[in-house]
Amino acid sequence: MLEIAFKGTKRYYGWMIALASVIGVGFLCYLWQLKFGLGVTGMSRDVSWGFYIAQFTFLVGVAASAVMLVIPYYLHNYKAFGKITILGEFLAVASVSMCLMFIIADLGQPMRAFNVILNPTPGSILFWDMIVLNGYLLLNIVIGWNVLEAERNQVAPPAWIKPFIYLSVPWAVSIHTVTAFLYCGLPGRGFWLTAILAPRFLSSAFAAGPSFLILLCLLIRKISKFDPGKEQIQSLAKIVTYAIILNVFFFACEVFTVFYSNIPEHKDHFIYLFAGLHGHGVLVPWMWTSLTLMLLAIILLVIPASRKQEGVLAVACVFVFVGTWIDKGLGMISGGFVPNPMHHVSEYVPTIPEIIITLGVYATGFFILSVLFKLAVTIKEEVSA
Amino acid sequence: MENSRRRFLKIAGISALGVAGAKPVLDVFASGDSHGEAAKAQPEIRKGEKALTAKQWAMVIDTRKFKSGADLEPIIEACHKIHNVPDFMDKENPEFKEDNRRHVIKWIWEEEYNHAFPTGGEPFLNERIKHLPFLVLCNHCEDPPCVRACPTKATFKREDGIVVMDFHRCIGCRFCMAACPYGSRSFNFRDPRPFIKAEERNPEFPTRMKGVVEKCNFCAERLAVGQMPACVEASNGAIAFGDLYDPESEVRKLLASNFTIRRKDGLGTGPTVYYIV
Ligand code: SF4
Ligand code: SF4
Ligand code: SF4
Repeated sequence: MLEIAFKGTKRYYGWMIALASVIGVGFLCYLWQLKFGLGVTGMSRDVSWGFYIAQFTFLVGVAASAVMLVIPYYLHNYKAFGKITILGEFLAVASVSMCLMFIIADLGQPMRAFNVILNPTPGSILFWDMIVLNGYLLLNIVIGWNVLEAERNQVAPPAWIKPFIYLSVPWAVSIHTVTAFLYCGLPGRGFWLTAILAPRFLSSAFAAGPSFLILLCLLIRKISKFDPGKEQIQSLAKIVTYAIILNVFFFACEVFTVFYSNIPEHKDHFIYLFAGLHGHGVLVPWMWTSLTLMLLAIILLVIPASRKQEGVLAVACVFVFVGTWIDKGLGMISGGFVPNPMHHVSEYVPTIPEIIITLGVYATGFFILSVLFKLAVTIKEEVSA
Repeated sequence: MENSRRRFLKIAGISALGVAGAKPVLDVFASGDSHGEAAKAQPEIRKGEKALTAKQWAMVIDTRKFKSGADLEPIIEACHKIHNVPDFMDKENPEFKEDNRRHVIKWIWEEEYNHAFPTGGEPFLNERIKHLPFLVLCNHCEDPPCVRACPTKATFKREDGIVVMDFHRCIGCRFCMAACPYGSRSFNFRDPRPFIKAEERNPEFPTRMKGVVEKCNFCAERLAVGQMPACVEASNGAIAFGDLYDPESEVRKLLASNFTIRRKDGLGTGPTVYYIV
């Protein structure tokens, strides 16, 4: 089946070469980081996790959101999604691959990464995160590949795949829950120390992932002969609507708890993010942008008339995606480290090499995504022809 | 996956890092290369005869005996020199940059009261306390969140309560740094060796490589050879060190006769560094 990925138009090749060059530059920067150490990034003694871990967190969500297609199709027999479930699964494969790369990029001694397996430590959430992420990657590769192959041969998918599909549902929830547990079980980090963190992560994931998928569907319809379908896109739009509303609601719950209880250790992180603390506030404009985008998206999405216009819907999806990305990919991680446990404020700003490495990982993810989507779309075109 | 280096680190009273200077007092019998055989074929590690042992080491810092930051400097210097802690802020170093501040490594350092005990936030603080710098270091918590978080057991608690690091196992994920509520841990964002003055380097303690985490080790390597921690020795009696579970120990006597506080003890970590204020 893979041979399909090699047969493409000039435009396809151009895109892949462009991605490959970004990957190349990113990789060179990574070699530099490997040589010098993580000092090339903006991280510090006080903000010891930065952009990499934040992207990882965001992308775990995008990966988990495949479940929003799997549940309606396989559990509720919502036939329309049969057409696009594979897109969700392949998006998950690409996202989890990026997650794993971001973790490796963040390690001080990546050559020793296997120590996590050689010295299994069930008490550590990171150990479980490694298990659930790799398991989820494997699940989606196996499921996606077999379902697609069956579709190509115009037969029903093999029966043994069903249990794996059902397993992938709780597994998807687990990857983002475990990722939230990385943060919310730490004493003395008031920003994360909240039971709403995992639900918040899941809701923003189920908004970000499907909104990205809508954009991909619109793109696929434009550049290929495969139409993911109007109904499918509208159903996804409803999922995005519920999820983004829940996300903002959970955020509001957290804000209420933190500010009504008035406990400084929990409050100060929010003050830092949204108003600045002791004269430091690089993230303030970003955080307000994020909140504004999410609120605007809600308005565009809840009104059926506007949601049904695909142009407006696309704009709303961009708002959701960018808004949740800022929230998780910028604010969530460094916000938890500022102020530090001794209540000093030292800020974090990613450096250029750090951003280039990040772009390199994203380019790798998009490379994988392009190959997989090319497969899926070509086969769908073949079958319908 | 229990190699001899690990067992070496684990046993209380044995030099944490197998340094050359500690060897004479360690009774290490390695039985050659007969590896696959039964347990007795494993190298045997015995405690040095002079080794100091405890159920849980603890420290009491009498802040009344300090007047100003100048009193703390020799203590900090003693620790950092003996443990080859790099000085990134040394202006004479050719690689000095103001930005190096982000990468500093600290095992023991000073903080104002309001930062050492940030949950307090007393607005009308006693004048002496207000201007008094506090020594802060790893608390060797009885229930340490850093150990819980570490995915490789590179950070672990020894049977004498010391929370130590295995620099050779650490993958540099920094989960322990996020988990420690006291900011006690430092990460080697770059190779620290150019920032250790050659003439000051202690050959008996290993230097670290880039990409691993480090922190105070309660001078495990000194206890192994019967010496008190370096900071305790340099403190002119202001810092006491002993077994928390020995009612006769100096720390217990001080705890019984003085009012002491611990950093963020509401978090349930059980810090074993106590402060007399
Ligand atoms: S003070 Fe921090 S590093 Fe030291 S044992 Fe406690 S949690 Fe771990
Ligand atoms: S940085 Fe090292 S010591 Fe800290 S949690 Fe990771 S592996 Fe363990
Ligand atoms: S106990 Fe030893 S390692 Fe810890 S601060 Fe004192 S001198 Fe340094």
